Amino acid sequence: MAKRTIIDPITRIEGHLRIEVEVNGGKVTEALSSGTLFRGFEIIVKNRDPRDAGLFTQRICGVCTHVHYDASIRAVENAVKVLPPRNARLVRNLIKGAQYIQDHIIHFYILHGLDWVDVTKVLQADPGKTHDLAMAVGSTYNAGKARFSAVKQRVENLVKSGQLGPFANGYWGHPEYKVPPEAVLLIVSHYLDALEVQRLGGQIMAILGGKEPHTQGLVVGGVTCVRDILDPKRLGEVIFRFKKLKEFVETAYIPDLLLAGKVYRDYGLKNIGAGHKNYLSYGDFPLSDDFDRKNMFFPAGVILNGNLSKVIPFDPDKISEHVKHSWYKYPDENKGLHPKDGITEPNYTGLNPDGTCKEKEKYSWVKAPRYDDKPMEVGPLARVLVAYASGNKEIQELVNGALKAVDLPPSALFSTLGRTAARGLETLYIANNVEKWFGELITNLKNNDETFTPYDLPKEAYGYGLIEAPRGALGHWVSIKNHKIEHYQCIVPSTWNFSPKDAKEQRGACEQALIGSPCHSSEKPLEVLRTVHSFDPCLACAIHVARR
Amino acid sequence: MKEKLEKELKDLIKKCDARLDELEREYGRQSGFIEWLQFRGISRRSFLKWSAIMSATLMLPPVFTKRVARAAEIAPRIPVIWLHFAECTGCTESILRSANPTIADIILDYLSLEYHDTVMAPSGEFAEKSLYDAMKKYKGKYICICEGSIPTNNNGNYLRIGSKAVTGLERAKEVVKDALAVISIGHCASYGGPQSAYPNPTGSKSINEALGINSVIIPGCPYNSSSLVGTVLYFLLFGKLPPTKGGRPVFAYGKRIHDTCPRRAHFDAGEFVRTWGDEAAKKGFCLYKVGCKGPLTYNNCNVPGWNEDISSPIRSGHGCIGCSEKAFWDKMAPLEKPIEARTLPGIEAVADHVGWALVGVAFAGMGIHAVYSHFKSKSINNQGEKPCCKNEENE
Repeated sequence: MAKRTIIDPITRIEGHLRIEVEVNGGKVTEALSSGTLFRGFEIIVKNRDPRDAGLFTQRICGVCTHVHYDASIRAVENAVKVLPPRNARLVRNLIKGAQYIQDHIIHFYILHGLDWVDVTKVLQADPGKTHDLAMAVGSTYNAGKARFSAVKQRVENLVKSGQLGPFANGYWGHPEYKVPPEAVLLIVSHYLDALEVQRLGGQIMAILGGKEPHTQGLVVGGVTCVRDILDPKRLGEVIFRFKKLKEFVETAYIPDLLLAGKVYRDYGLKNIGAGHKNYLSYGDFPLSDDFDRKNMFFPAGVILNGNLSKVIPFDPDKISEHVKHSWYKYPDENKGLHPKDGITEPNYTGLNPDGTCKEKEKYSWVKAPRYDDKPMEVGPLARVLVAYASGNKEIQELVNGALKAVDLPPSALFSTLGRTAARGLETLYIANNVEKWFGELITNLKNNDETFTPYDLPKEAYGYGLIEAPRGALGHWVSIKNHKIEHYQCIVPSTWNFSPKDAKEQRGACEQALIGSPCHSSEKPLEVLRTVHSFDPCLACAIHVARR
Repeated sequence: MKEKLEKELKDLIKKCDARLDELEREYGRQSGFIEWLQFRGISRRSFLKWSAIMSATLMLPPVFTKRVARAAEIAPRIPVIWLHFAECTGCTESILRSANPTIADIILDYLSLEYHDTVMAPSGEFAEKSLYDAMKKYKGKYICICEGSIPTNNNGNYLRIGSKAVTGLERAKEVVKDALAVISIGHCASYGGPQSAYPNPTGSKSINEALGINSVIIPGCPYNSSSLVGTVLYFLLFGKLPPTKGGRPVFAYGKRIHDTCPRRAHFDAGEFVRTWGDEAAKKGFCLYKVGCKGPLTYNNCNVPGWNEDISSPIRSGHGCIGCSEKAFWDKMAPLEKPIEARTLPGIEAVADHVGWALVGVAFAGMGIHAVYSHFKSKSINNQGEKPCCKNEENE
């Protein structure tokens, strides 16, 4: 048996994640993903007022803090059969749009960038040549020669001071870092800009939702920011920030992404990190007031085995969760259960004496959700591929343009590189459209300033909220009895992506994506981290679970 | 009286300078802090401006501005180990973007962190190496910041960390043991967080409860990062954690949300929002009737505000949910309903008419923690409010 390498903690993610890999001849031959924290939210919300579920379940995650709130409110609205008015729908789309843009910028530059870029190479970069490069690739955001000199100087000072802080102990000097020094300086310079720019996304969310993280402006039936959207000054503050974000996406994020994409073309050509090639999107950003799933900005659908010629319609009844390899108990662990009937009974069975996961038994607090009994990848790549294959013209143009720029065929999308690229492209897709939604909001406000639809809380009801979070498909299911929550379940994006094996021994999406991945050094498994981070793991979310 | 105060101030300044000298000898003068500020594009001038604001936040007279700046420069040399337990990382995100002013974020974000698993580059063994190296090298000299609560049911199996898969409690104990000071941030670490709400399936406990220590707590969901930075700077300046009430630093948690509420006049005038989005909501009336818990909640959301003071929950029309108060998930729910009469006797009756009744209560609670309030803090340990575990062990 190959030696098992344990990577725990995985850093630059949300939550507690362990990845174990076996490497043979420079390739990963086995991969296990284990969530190591359990909190039990679904047990806690039981017997509470359904209207409080949103603020509660929001605390599942502090990174994409808004989406659980959104999903929970939508689930309760679905149960009590109320539709928020148009203003509220648009405000919610705008808040979520800001969340996506901000989250993806942070991911690319701050959480994922260090997997692709060796910061220390800045010291070898020539600021003049960096400027030329920036102009050549259109990465023009804050791209003066003086700026690059200053950034280089700052990095030099930092290295001299010996205080590397969180940059200390990175895999610097790893031979798999291929981005040349000038491109590194450009990207590090934009890393600094990203830290400033991403705040604007948070501010938009705060204007429309009170604060961020953990927005506080949604209620079942609507939104609370009525005074803000009736104030032209506040609206101006929102649109100004969206414009700044869009500028950054267009003149930094996308060109930098393509620049790195060219360097790491191999990842696309060899489909490194592709995984099962099954993709699922619930569809989100409702474009009509009836919240019709057929009329969503990101369409719903399923793609199997990388077959882009056929999008299978999404059916919420085909979702199930398995626990054969998760630390829970089912009466019959050979089959999955729909979240409506989900059971969560913790059953921790420990690790091997040498501290590794018991891969034949149970090894994670993450359950294994399956669609039609198949493992699925969710997230930006799934959304983009479903939209692409569904004939969404705007997405097709963005994707084809990017592929042309890095000279890769569409099949290259099935890779770690494709996953990272899709995240950037959907950021641009959203940034291009928020202004339109904003315009609709202003037009509508001229005739109608409603932000809330009154409703009666029924004695008994059942409903679900299936939305798209930045990290992928997110679902909340709620049953109400005697005006209280009787049963609550969530399946979150990282549960899909970081699930362990299921009853049929099928690996989870990330586990499968790691199989066959190169790994030059099991001591510094940089390539493994690239693929893990490309899913943007969010583990507090993944392990929410519990019932009754 | 005036002379006495002046003398005390002089003494304090002297002590503070001596302490900073000592810290510089201990941890080194060159911190790289200025380099980091430059790296992030912040001028010396803005830094001094920030120091002045920070002194005021800490209720220190202007003469402390330079000293706050000096403490901030030393801060990066004080090793910090930032641990995550059962939490959502919202508190870390809070330093990435919510806070005001930016320099506070930079201090937290980059300078002092020997170990912080959201932003550090190394993973796995290398990350653990950073942790153990730091613990060894800085034994008894590092500040331990805890984010998240500790699950204690099921032998702590609900949280296992690292290649040795230690429980959250084991990890906390080993790191806290040799810490100079411990600070618990966010509701989870301070009070147990949402996972500790009824029926608390994982037996989640606050850091203080799980470890039997008395760390200073900075609650909130999430907390405001200036509250944390203020606490750290205070510690550097005076060698102890700031005066607290119920474990919370008074400079940040001395006032109720209600006392600083931008909609307060409407409460006093008896003008209330009754349904979301009604005419009163459009006018920005008081949110008490739709569940605002501001009258019961001590925090600084309204004053520094959120996301660089662009908004706050109350400003955007949603009531306060009481997230800096113990067990608010159970005590203040349902969150869209007004505080029950049993919690605040008579408030339902009063709210429509007067409201003034509460004003007195608020100010009586606060006392006058003005400029020189820190003098009182000398006796803090005698009041049973031990600022950190180390002190407790020593006693």
